[in-house]
Amino acid sequence: MTYLTKLSAAALRDLLISQEVSAVEVTRAHLDHISAVDTDLHAFLHVAGDDALATAAQIDERRAAGETLNPLAGVPIAIKDVLATQDMPTTAGSRILEGWVPPYDATVVARLRAAGLVPLGKTNMDEFAMGSSTEHSAYGVTRNPWDRDRIPGGSGGGSAAAVASFQAPLALGSDTGGSIRQPAAVTGSVGVKPTYGGVSRYGAIALASSLDQVGPVSRTVYDAALLHDVIGGHDPLDSTSLTEPWPSMAAAAQAGLKDGALKGVRVGVIKELSGDGFQAGVTQRFNETLALLVGAGAEITEVSAPNFEYAVAAYYLILPAEASSNLARFDSVRFGIRVNPESGSLTSEHVMSATREAGFGPEVKRRIILGTYALSAGYYDAYYGSAQKVRTLIQRDFASAFSQVDVLVSPSAPTTAFKFGEKLDDPMAMYINDVTTIPANLAGVPGMSIPIGLAPEDGLPVGLQIMAPARADARLYTVGAAIEQLLEASWGHTMLSQAPALTPTEMFASEEGAV
Amino acid sequence: MSEITAEQVAHLAYLARIDLSPLEITNLTHDLGQIVDSIAKVSEVATADTPATSHPMPLTNVFRDDVVVPSLTVEQALSGAPDRAGDKFRVPAILDEE
Repeated sequence: MTYLTKLSAAALRDLLISQEVSAVEVTRAHLDHISAVDTDLHAFLHVAGDDALATAAQIDERRAAGETLNPLAGVPIAIKDVLATQDMPTTAGSRILEGWVPPYDATVVARLRAAGLVPLGKTNMDEFAMGSSTEHSAYGVTRNPWDRDRIPGGSGGGSAAAVASFQAPLALGSDTGGSIRQPAAVTGSVGVKPTYGGVSRYGAIALASSLDQVGPVSRTVYDAALLHDVIGGHDPLDSTSLTEPWPSMAAAAQAGLKDGALKGVRVGVIKELSGDGFQAGVTQRFNETLALLVGAGAEITEVSAPNFEYAVAAYYLILPAEASSNLARFDSVRFGIRVNPESGSLTSEHVMSATREAGFGPEVKRRIILGTYALSAGYYDAYYGSAQKVRTLIQRDFASAFSQVDVLVSPSAPTTAFKFGEKLDDPMAMYINDVTTIPANLAGVPGMSIPIGLAPEDGLPVGLQIMAPARADARLYTVGAAIEQLLEASWGHTMLSQAPALTPTEMFASEEGAV
Repeated sequence: MSEITAEQVAHLAYLARIDLSPLEITNLTHDLGQIVDSIAKVSEVATADTPATSHPMPLTNVFRDDVVVPSLTVEQALSGAPDRAGDKFRVPAILDEE
């Protein structure tokens, strides 16, 4: 049954509907693969095991009884540990929430369950989604399936590594400044940050509330669209949730597979997100993809977004400011650990300070202190106030660009996956890594990353970022699916079929487990 | 160069309710200085006539009908608490002795 883990969610859906395979078989194949490879990769913080099999068995019973189910019923999924799950621990990668089992499900999780998808477990992440490498998880790093000495991106490195290593066909991520798109880029997978408000944030442990957005992680554009259709749409429990109806993202992705889907599509190349600072192989694959687009009838224009230069700076004021406020809830009273101070009186204030010292890692402390500074009297106007103005300027840059073109493109990340430790001691080097993805979060527009090849110099995946105007998420799926199809036709294979094979012992273990 | 001092970091840590070791304060003072130098450039383009944006997709007056809907039970609400007393969260003393 090992082959089941290689299939897309769409292919599994078809086999499940025709009852050629059962949900239990599909789930067991993935659990076996997880136990074979994840000791090494560490994409998961928690594996649902028997609970997943029990969920799958229920789906099989309902299907056998002739019940009408959501087409994706029985397809397994991994869930980023930032999302509340009432039957699995939810830590957001932090020691302060170790062992916490929430009393409720995030809306996106509730929607997955209602659709009959089978949660396989919770995936690793940078603590409270603060990071671009998953090195800031309190529970150890996740390794990149393409090269185990390298980062899988972050903060959602666990979800990206899980789909890229065939441990799950689908996963959920959250994207505050690139945490879905950058891990997708460096692992050769697909990730989508929807329009802000397009997917509910209820039950997503908040990092920066005006930037956070939950979205799909997968191996194909169509699979991401199928998942988007399950989780998207208005949620009265999230006051920032957009109320209008959305078109089918799956139908939009299928429209991209038709002949001539890219004919006349106006594609803008963002001048400020290219050139210096971008790895040669990233630029090369990006330019080759543009040439492929021209060949398919798209019109390429260079557009300028002059204020993008200030996006990283604005982001690292707005995010810490919002995070310092959001993370004040970790007060050792309602949830999470409580640590008493070694000396001094046992007042609430002292206990809270000792708990946060013990429970938060270095990056979380860094950003809370930075945010507290940015919001201090005397600095507020110069820093936080100015950053909010930059946000307006970036929105104007997007508005101006989208008055000329249908979609914007850039490399998803300036480089391929870097090595563990390379940027850990230099916070600004880590922050600048998100230069390509941050503008979309500041403006609320949707963005997608798809794989476009391997950089010749290191053989590691390169991603293309596609951005559309707010509420035009469907356009991303049409264009993304069209480009994916063009690239796969030119390669003669999918991106992830080129990932290094697992070591023989692991393959053997995987086959044994499947018996 | 920004003017962030160790005393300032210690004060910010107090405001944020995080105990920090002397080594952490030294490291954070260095990091914060570097970060603030890099991000201070936002003031270059933030002119007085540029309006601020706090929210990417502004919505106003998001209300629901004032009706009772299911919510957490007391047991559920207390399920993650580090300490409880009956149906309440138990907290350490609020006031110090002095």
